[in-house]
Amino acid sequence: MEILGLSLALLALFVSFGFMVGVLFGFFGMGGSFLVTPTLLILGYPASVAIGSGLAFYFGTSVIAVMKHYDVGQVDYRLGAVLFVVLSIGIELGSRLVFALEALGIANLITGVAYVLLLGGIGALFLRRAYNLETEDGDDEDISDEDIPAVAQRIQSYTVPPMIDLSSGGRASVWTITGTGGGVGLVSGLIGVGGGFMRMPAIYYVIGTPLTAAVGTSLFAGLFSGAFGTFTYGRTGSVDLVVVSLLLVGSALGARIGSAATTMVEEDDVIVYFGLMMVFASVGIALSELANWLGTDALDTLSVLLLVGSSFFVASMILYKVVQAVSTDGSTARATPDGDD
Amino acid sequence: MIDLTTLSGPTGATLVVGVIFVQALALYAGYAVLERVLPPLVETATST
Repeated sequence: MEILGLSLALLALFVSFGFMVGVLFGFFGMGGSFLVTPTLLILGYPASVAIGSGLAFYFGTSVIAVMKHYDVGQVDYRLGAVLFVVLSIGIELGSRLVFALEALGIANLITGVAYVLLLGGIGALFLRRAYNLETEDGDDEDISDEDIPAVAQRIQSYTVPPMIDLSSGGRASVWTITGTGGGVGLVSGLIGVGGGFMRMPAIYYVIGTPLTAAVGTSLFAGLFSGAFGTFTYGRTGSVDLVVVSLLLVGSALGARIGSAATTMVEEDDVIVYFGLMMVFASVGIALSELANWLGTDALDTLSVLLLVGSSFFVASMILYKVVQAVSTDGSTARATPDGDD
Repeated sequence: MIDLTTLSGPTGATLVVGVIFVQALALYAGYAVLERVLPPLVETATST
C-alpha cells in the first residue's frame, strides 16, 4: 500500500527519523540537515534531490527555531543582511557545482566523500570534548558572552576597506565577511547542510561579535539563506516536498522534547554518544560509497543501519534520561509531600 | 489540483518555500496547543 507515492514503511521511517533528528536538534542545537541529506543519498535519492530536500528541511526547522526564539537575543541586522547576500551567492555557486558534478556523474561520490570528512571531523571534535570533560577537574576559565575572541580581534585589526560598523562596537572588513559567508554558503549549497554549526563559530571567531550576537545573527541569516537554498533547488524541482513534510512533522515534535530535555539532562552526560553517532554516520556513508563501488546490497543495508540506527540510539538515550529524571523527580515529590509545588 | 511534488521553475520554487513556511508555522502552533491542552487532560485522566 502506498500513500503520497511512498510505502507505509518509508512513511513511518521519515516521520520517526524526523522525530529523532528533532530531539537531537532541540537538545544539541545542531544535527538537522547534515543527517537528513546523507540518509536520502543512501536511500537512493539523486544528489540534487537529497541536497535540495536537506536544505528545505533546514529552512522548515529554522522557521520553528526563530518562532521559538522570536526575540533572537542580540541580532546585528546590518551584518546579518550582508551575510545573507554573500551566503546566498555561495549557495548558488555550490548548487551550480552540484549540477555540474551531476552532469559528470560524480555528484553522489563527491558529496559522499565530503560528508565522510565532515561528520568524521565533527565526531572527532565532540569525542575530544568528551575526553577533556572526563580528564579536566572542572576549573574551566569563564568566558563572558560579551567577550570577543583574541583571534577575531587580531583579524579586526587588519583594516582592509570597505569596513562596516558592528552593533557590538567593533568594525569588520567587508572582505572578511564576504570570504567567511561565501565559504560557508558554498559548503551549504554543495552538500545541503544548513551550516549553522559552521556559521555561528565563523561569525564569532572570524568576524568577531560577542557570542550572544553571533547566535542571533547566525539564526537570522540562516533563516533567509535556508529559504534561498530551498528556492535555488526548488527551481529545478529538486525538493521532495512529501519527504520534507514528513520529516518536519516528526522533527517539530522532537525539537520541543529535545529542547525541554536540556533542563533535565546534562549535555556532558550524552556528549560522548553524539560524537560516536557522528563517527558511525561517517563510517555508514563510507560503506555506502563502497557498496556502490562493489555493487553489493548488504553493505548498503549496513550503512543505513549505522546512520539511522546511531541517531535513533542517541535520541533514545536522551529520552531515556528524561524519563529517568522525571521518575526521580516524581519519587522525590512523593517522598516529600510537604514540598512546595 | 496542483501536484506539489512536481513543482519547478521560479513560481514552483516560490510555492515550495511558501508551503514549507506555512507548514512549519502550523506545526509550531499545533504542537504548542497540544502542549497546553494534553498535560491537564492526562492529569485529569490519571487522577480519576
